[in-house]
Amino acid sequence: MSWTDKKKENGNTPLEQPVLRAVDATDEEFEATLKDFRNSVHAWSGAAMSRPRTVKTEIRHRSWRLAAGWALGCVLVAGGVSGGLLEQHHRQDLVRIAAAQKAAAEQKQLEEQQEKAKVSDEVLLAEVDSDVSRDVPSAMEPLAQLMVDDGTK
Amino acid sequence: MRIVHTVVNLHPVRASTWVMAAGTALKEINMATADEIAAEEFSRVVERHRPQIFRFLLSSTRDLDLAETLTQECFLKAHRNWGSFRGESSAMTWLMRIAINLQKDHWRNRRMQFWKTTRTNSVDLDEASEWLPSGESSAEQQLLAKERVKQVWQSVKGLSERQRTVFLLRYVEEQELSEIAEATGLSEGTVKAHLSRAVARVRLELGGKR
Repeated sequence: MSWTDKKKENGNTPLEQPVLRAVDATDEEFEATLKDFRNSVHAWSGAAMSRPRTVKTEIRHRSWRLAAGWALGCVLVAGGVSGGLLEQHHRQDLVRIAAAQKAAAEQKQLEEQQEKAKVSDEVLLAEVDSDVSRDVPSAMEPLAQLMVDDGTK
Repeated sequence: MRIVHTVVNLHPVRASTWVMAAGTALKEINMATADEIAAEEFSRVVERHRPQIFRFLLSSTRDLDLAETLTQECFLKAHRNWGSFRGESSAMTWLMRIAINLQKDHWRNRRMQFWKTTRTNSVDLDEASEWLPSGESSAEQQLLAKERVKQVWQSVKGLSERQRTVFLLRYVEEQELSEIAEATGLSEGTVKAHLSRAVARVRLELGGKR
């Protein structure tokens, strides 16, 4: 007889029998307790199925959450808007400062250029003067020396 | 059909178009009827199995609101997948499988959402053991029975998730081991092992407190 042939009517192998015995070997009191437990669950479930539905707590809970959600949303929106405005204001300030700095720099550059131009004019005039002075004819040289000695022009 | 025949006799070309249209209409009518039949069948399934699914979820969670929510979700999921149900197992086993998975997902999600409050709405064991049909026993016997039921609840609470599921399916829903195996997706051997451990623990706790 093979191992599978030894299966009992309920389809369990001999190796499974001890496990089932452990499961099903219940004394009367234990069986009664399990029966009470089953009846208790059935009664509770039956009563719960037919109970009137009260959702008051749930609604309050939800409304509180809804209010909190709205409040949080409002705070976020307000924060976002004010942050945006502040950022814009800050950028405008930066632009204004940059424009002022640029204008000052341009003014300074202009002044420097004017100064430079002035200096170069003076140098030019001095050069012209020296050139002119050298151009005195040699025939007039003694006269020119006299004028210097007398202090007259 | 008589109308179609008359049309065929009158004008063959137009008649063929009308026959095609009539065929499509018939197909649509048939599909609508099939949908209606499926919907009716599903409502019968809901009516028949809702108490059992709710009872199992209630005994697993001891939370009325949660059990109701999960029951609704279970039938919603079943409705969405009703077309794919091939009847390989019984509708009850199929539904129970969905319910078990939903319950597992719920606890898993709850564990993941650690920032949420861990408080549950589970009723305490005293309240759960209050529900005992009076029968014909005396007040003293009733008291004793309630005390024992409370002890069983206490033991069930201490079982692992799998042991608890198997225990409740066997001793509350009175399912066969093969049905439990199919509903839980475990092998029959594993179901037996879990059940024997669960029973041993319940017996031990009951025995210890006697």
